[in-house]
Amino acid sequence: MTAVEGPAVLAGADLHKRFGQTVALAGAGMRVARGEIVAVMGPSGSGKSTLLHCLAGIVLPESGQVRYGETDLLQLPDSRRSRLRRTEFGFVFQFGQLVPELTCLQNVALPLRLSGLGRRTANARATAWLERLDVAGVAAKRPGEVSGGQGQRVAVARALVTGPAVVFADEPTGALDSLAGEQVMKLLTDAARESAAAIVLVTHEARVAAYSDREVIVRDGRTRESVVLT
Amino acid sequence: MCRVRPVSISHALLGLLEDGPRHGYDLKHAYDERFAPGRPLHYGQVYATLSRLLRNGLVVVTGVEAGGGPDRKRYAITDAGVTDIERWLRTPEKPEPYMQSTLFTKVVLALLSGRDAAEVLDSQRTAHLTAMRELNRRKAAGDLADALICDYALFHLEADLRWLELTAARLAELAERVRP
Repeated sequence: MTAVEGPAVLAGADLHKRFGQTVALAGAGMRVARGEIVAVMGPSGSGKSTLLHCLAGIVLPESGQVRYGETDLLQLPDSRRSRLRRTEFGFVFQFGQLVPELTCLQNVALPLRLSGLGRRTANARATAWLERLDVAGVAAKRPGEVSGGQGQRVAVARALVTGPAVVFADEPTGALDSLAGEQVMKLLTDAARESAAAIVLVTHEARVAAYSDREVIVRDGRTRESVVLT
Repeated sequence: MCRVRPVSISHALLGLLEDGPRHGYDLKHAYDERFAPGRPLHYGQVYATLSRLLRNGLVVVTGVEAGGGPDRKRYAITDAGVTDIERWLRTPEKPEPYMQSTLFTKVVLALLSGRDAAEVLDSQRTAHLTAMRELNRRKAAGDLADALICDYALFHLEADLRWLELTAARLAELAERVRP
């Protein structure tokens, strides 16, 4: 095993998590440097999505550490952890992440509105991101009225609109064909690199993982990389 | 067992000798059974390979039985031979299509000798992904024709990787077959 030490924007160490009798994580750990794109790969059921959820503070492990900068994510009260997730992290999932009743523009502006920004400023920033991702044309449409590829680009815009330090992407192209998937990955990684956001990219597809800087393999809830947090 | 022919007969023979010294005749049959059922090696190939290994100091002759003839020699792997096979197992193959027979040999030999076969697959995965990242960069920098050529290579490397993942998932089963 390779021991990796030193500063990281985000790091998890010795994470253990069970769901009932099923062991999802059995000591997994990984670190992500500022602006780094790391693919998390492994067979189905290996624990890669649980690792992402623990690093993002969505799921609390039974033991282990998650450090965002100097902040111990697992020691924070729920309310502060939620706020940190909203302001510092972005999320892109495979399905069902856009609010169906809102327009695409309102969806992208939503995280800014939740953080207290005024409607006009939020909409202006959201519009700029829709343009950046080449989907300004669907701003007034609802998610159910756009294609899968367009919907994922809107989701990417929403993930990046707050200027997050880390974007968590779980099979972001899983429901798309090859060409739409490639366009989404290129836009996501280019936009993240421009704004120095790191990406934790869970995928089982090698062509998607090839957009990363390096890969971490999860097998039976463990990673080969052993992270030491002091 | 699948019918695949290892690209490196010499490493396959070295790997088989790690279990203990053998005659050339035994080696040929062990090889045919493990790696090439239905497509046996010629004796000439076996002896040519063994004399090259001998010349390079990777095997030694530990005894010659009365009666003479080339197949009466007993061969044993040397320390240099063990080092050589370890280096071979650790070094990923250059990512290119139709390399599965070499990888298959590496995985079986790693399992036979109790080494970490998952590590062989992991280092190969890293080599493949590195090649795929390079293709992505070429794609981004080139025109549509470049993109189409790179796509072709990317899909083939991806197919290799899917085979690697499936093999990784079947290692426990494969280990039982190889070392009953």
